[in-house]
Amino acid sequence: MNKLLKARETWLALAIFALLVVITLRAPGFSNPDNLASIFNDTSILMILALGQMVVILTRSIDLSIAANVALSGMVLALINSTWPGVPVPLLIIAAPLLGLAFGAINGFLVWKLDIPSIVVTLGTLTIYRGLTFLIAGGQWVNADEMTPDFIAITRLTLLGLPVLSWAAIVTAIVFFIVMTRTQIGRAIYAIGVNPTASVYAGIDVGRTKFIAFCISGFVAGLCGYLWVSKFVIASSETAIGYELQVIAACVIGGVSIAGGVGTVGSAVLGAIFLGIIGRALPVIDVSPFWQMAISGAAIILAVVLNARGERKKGRIILKQAEGAA
Amino acid sequence: MTQPKLTLSGISKSFPGVRALHEVCLELYPGEVTALIGENGAGKSTLVKVLTGIYQPDAGQITLDGKTVTLSSAHRAFELGITAIHQETVLFDDLSVAENIYLGHTPRTRFKTIDWPKMRSDAKVLLKDMGAGHIDAETRLRDLSIANKHLVAVARAMSIDAEVVIMDEPTASLSHKEIEDLFVLVELLKQDGKAVLFISHKFDEIYRIADRFAVFRDGEMVGKGMIKDTSQSEIIKMMVGRSVDHIFPERVKAIGAPVLEVKDLSHPTEFDSVSFTLHAGEILGFYGLVGAGRSEIMQAIFGLTKPSRGTIALDGKMLNSGSPADAIEAGIVYVPEERGKQGVVVDLPIVQNVALPSLKKTSRNGFLKLAEEYALTRQYTGRLDLRAASLSQNAGTLSGGNQQKVVIAKWLATKPRVIILDEPTKGIDIGSKAAVHAFMAELVAEGLAVIMVSSELPEVMGMSDRIIIMRSGRMVEVLDNTHLTADRVVRLAIGATEAAA
Amino acid sequence: MNDQTPATRNIPDRLDSPLRSAIFSWQALLLVVAIIIFTINSFASPYFLSPWSLSDATFNFTEKAIIALAMALLIIAGEIDLSVAAIIALASTMMGLALQYGADTPVLVVVGIATGLACGAFNGFLVTRLSLPSIVVTIGTMSLFRGVSYIVLGDKAFKGYPASFAFFGQGYVWWVVSFEFVLFLAFAVVYYVLLHRTSFGRRIFVIGNNAVAAQFSGVRVERIKFILFCLTGLMSGIASVLLTSRLGSTRPSIAQGWELEVITMVVLGGVSILGGAGSITGVVIAAFIMGLVTFGMGLLNVPGIVQSIFIGLLLIIVIALPIIVGKLRGVRK
Repeated sequence: MNKLLKARETWLALAIFALLVVITLRAPGFSNPDNLASIFNDTSILMILALGQMVVILTRSIDLSIAANVALSGMVLALINSTWPGVPVPLLIIAAPLLGLAFGAINGFLVWKLDIPSIVVTLGTLTIYRGLTFLIAGGQWVNADEMTPDFIAITRLTLLGLPVLSWAAIVTAIVFFIVMTRTQIGRAIYAIGVNPTASVYAGIDVGRTKFIAFCISGFVAGLCGYLWVSKFVIASSETAIGYELQVIAACVIGGVSIAGGVGTVGSAVLGAIFLGIIGRALPVIDVSPFWQMAISGAAIILAVVLNARGERKKGRIILKQAEGAA
Repeated sequence: MTQPKLTLSGISKSFPGVRALHEVCLELYPGEVTALIGENGAGKSTLVKVLTGIYQPDAGQITLDGKTVTLSSAHRAFELGITAIHQETVLFDDLSVAENIYLGHTPRTRFKTIDWPKMRSDAKVLLKDMGAGHIDAETRLRDLSIANKHLVAVARAMSIDAEVVIMDEPTASLSHKEIEDLFVLVELLKQDGKAVLFISHKFDEIYRIADRFAVFRDGEMVGKGMIKDTSQSEIIKMMVGRSVDHIFPERVKAIGAPVLEVKDLSHPTEFDSVSFTLHAGEILGFYGLVGAGRSEIMQAIFGLTKPSRGTIALDGKMLNSGSPADAIEAGIVYVPEERGKQGVVVDLPIVQNVALPSLKKTSRNGFLKLAEEYALTRQYTGRLDLRAASLSQNAGTLSGGNQQKVVIAKWLATKPRVIILDEPTKGIDIGSKAAVHAFMAELVAEGLAVIMVSSELPEVMGMSDRIIIMRSGRMVEVLDNTHLTADRVVRLAIGATEAAA
Repeated sequence: MNDQTPATRNIPDRLDSPLRSAIFSWQALLLVVAIIIFTINSFASPYFLSPWSLSDATFNFTEKAIIALAMALLIIAGEIDLSVAAIIALASTMMGLALQYGADTPVLVVVGIATGLACGAFNGFLVTRLSLPSIVVTIGTMSLFRGVSYIVLGDKAFKGYPASFAFFGQGYVWWVVSFEFVLFLAFAVVYYVLLHRTSFGRRIFVIGNNAVAAQFSGVRVERIKFILFCLTGLMSGIASVLLTSRLGSTRPSIAQGWELEVITMVVLGGVSILGGAGSITGVVIAAFIMGLVTFGMGLLNVPGIVQSIFIGLLLIIVIALPIIVGKLRGVRK
């Protein structure tokens, strides 16, 4: 119980609940299950990307190219789909994350083998991936009428009352939970974020672990490349532009520490949901949607301030020790 | 005669400009504790890094159970059952106790995933067997005391079934009772047949716990043997390469007027009601165990931390120093203990390091005058007999002793009234050590007031006019340094009662 | 060695001659790159070498480069500001608001610059007073500042800036030499002197190398960092005046994504993203390189987004190259 109270996720969940209550007072229909499910569905992509970004941030790195990767992977898939409609969609769906993984691996390789700071690497690949997205499509968009019906329909299929898109987020979250808490690599990712020096002594290869983290974030970016194109039925070089910052914002609001080593699957998911609710709530309570950006900015700052308070390091307490020993 | 578990032969390791280890030979025996003794900078930490696979030796051979092995990586050393328990760096603050113990070799379920319930219960059993049942396997490590963190580190060593356990100054910052508990554990490791390498400065501990010893000096092994056959003074002789009654500079004592008056200085968690007066021409020593709050007091006087209560007066004027910049302006300077982190900026040239606090003097209206910086640097590094290839050489390329000279030169250039030296000779070679001591004598002769924080008893007793003994954040005693016995000083510092002695 | 005389008088000031180190420096490498690009451009397009084209080329980068000068100092000190483009948007919006209340050109300029300064001070306050990581803080303020612009403007725009206001972004000082370009050169000189010739600049390097040692040496670390955030905000405010004047209108999406271009410019200029090293000369050359690339490719009708591939590759290659060379050398030893 005590542990539950200490956990950041508990507080964030309570904050989200309070937010829902307040919004529902103004707009009674807001909290009915259908609407909530639809908010969840709209937040799915952000959630999946936030999970990937979290893994990278845990290792004291950052992936600014995550949204560009979404755009590029999405464009490749859309082009394949429109050029060779015969290629089965399931094959494309399998190819999507692998494609993203390849782009993520490039980031990871540069960070691992050349020791270039991740912010520089991904700043570079961000522009490169976006440029390539434009280049391979010859500057054109791929529109709904150029895609096959299956390609568009799959994310909208309903399974047990929820669209496939929502299921993708749920499954991703479950897989991430298992990987991050139950596998060697998951724990290694935490370990190198908490204490890279100690990790070396514990036999963990820090560079390789970072590489894997970037591969993971690339993997989900590729998956989201498909989901995005299928959801919005358009692929362009503008896809998800600037979205990397939304993704990072979701992590930060969730309580993922930019200094590494701190953050859970729950925190990334809740951070994304928080942003999702704000986005949907504003028009409902008669606030112009143009407020959304400023609100999420303020939420980020508030979250950082609060997290910093919680994590402030306790000094060595000499006097207290003295009293204990005396 | 048992066979050694681990043998090092002819191990050498050099870094640019430094010969860290030279043809070192060392044997560790199962079920025995070997104490590794040497001054700071003797090569002990390099040896630990070689043994744990962090550094690769340039030459030499390592054999484990008679077979030659290559410790190509930390992972390899770990697999071979060599583990180190370090002072502070080795564990993971934000992970649970259980995970700290099992990271890298966690119990798995059928599906190859981590078996948390088993990990927790294993950890619980292990801690209980060690007599550390009071530690909850599920708490975050961050919430434990330093002593308990050490216990977790030992538990980790036991859990991997390590054959060779290296304990790198495990008792630093532990209380007396906690040290006793730790020794029980070392006995446990011995009974388990582990080969233990125990690194410590403290002779009482070494005589208490070790079976064998090996003495290092300047990267070479200069002597080894059985502890029970060797006297302390013999070991000390090997350590320093000369007899102990070392040669602190003779100086004429000319104590002048009071310069610095500290009254009732207190801090909520670090120290309480500290009062003393420092005079011109005086060296005031602060002695105590590591973690007695001495550095914290000095940092408060220097304006780095805010005291909760109390006053500091310089030449009778109240000092309201909210920052080091204010303290320096008033004439108080601080040579910190962590030279590489707090003292010098390793990636900047010597000249920029020395001129840094004097930039106001060497620049005109904020514009740099490089020629004056060089002149100033030349003047003060000259006084300290700095050895360097050029003044634009990065400070990090200098030896520890020469780096310390850069720090001292930096402060002298500000023409201070009070100079606080925190462990001034920690980790520097003997030659530089003597130079620093001689220089301190020179400074007080010129009327400067000096505070010296030191954990080295000979240094404190050899240099100070008066000694303030600190224990657990409080002043225990102020002693005039005449007819003092080392025994008395140490007893005061550790808090042993006179009656018990 | 029996020569035990104190070595002090023999310690030379420097070992390398300044000329030698200049030749092998980062700036030299960049300059070569710049010249190569210039040459390629002049062969590739007949229009490139005309004075008016070259003058037009400068508009591509001067506003960003003006921010990059201050950003370089901030990054050298070990911090970063991702909110600069958002500051441009907010400052421009504030100018637009002032315009609605009938402000004329001098007031507009003051409002723009003051908004920038205030935003910078806000960042600086959060980072230094509350000891928060600047990367997260400025991701937050980035949304906040631009978000306020969206609140004010929504999907509308401010237009109708006075004719005299147009001078800053469209005016020429002499022949083909634009006001923006002259302003950039002047600032470049000021920042060069500030970083490389003053004690303030020296302290910036020290902080970036080791903030703890700097504080232990009496450097007022927090105060200097605060000033640097203010300077970055100020320069963003100035850039906002120039850009608003050039475009003649304010939309909340103004200067979208510029923060990454500014940082690319700074890093390409040889400033270490980890802090502690860099030069204004390098940043200025990097600004020219980016301007030349965009302009030259523009003449060849290469779209902007494709040009960015080149910039991205350049960024990674220029940083990776010395590392790879260093590794190869290390192996050979």
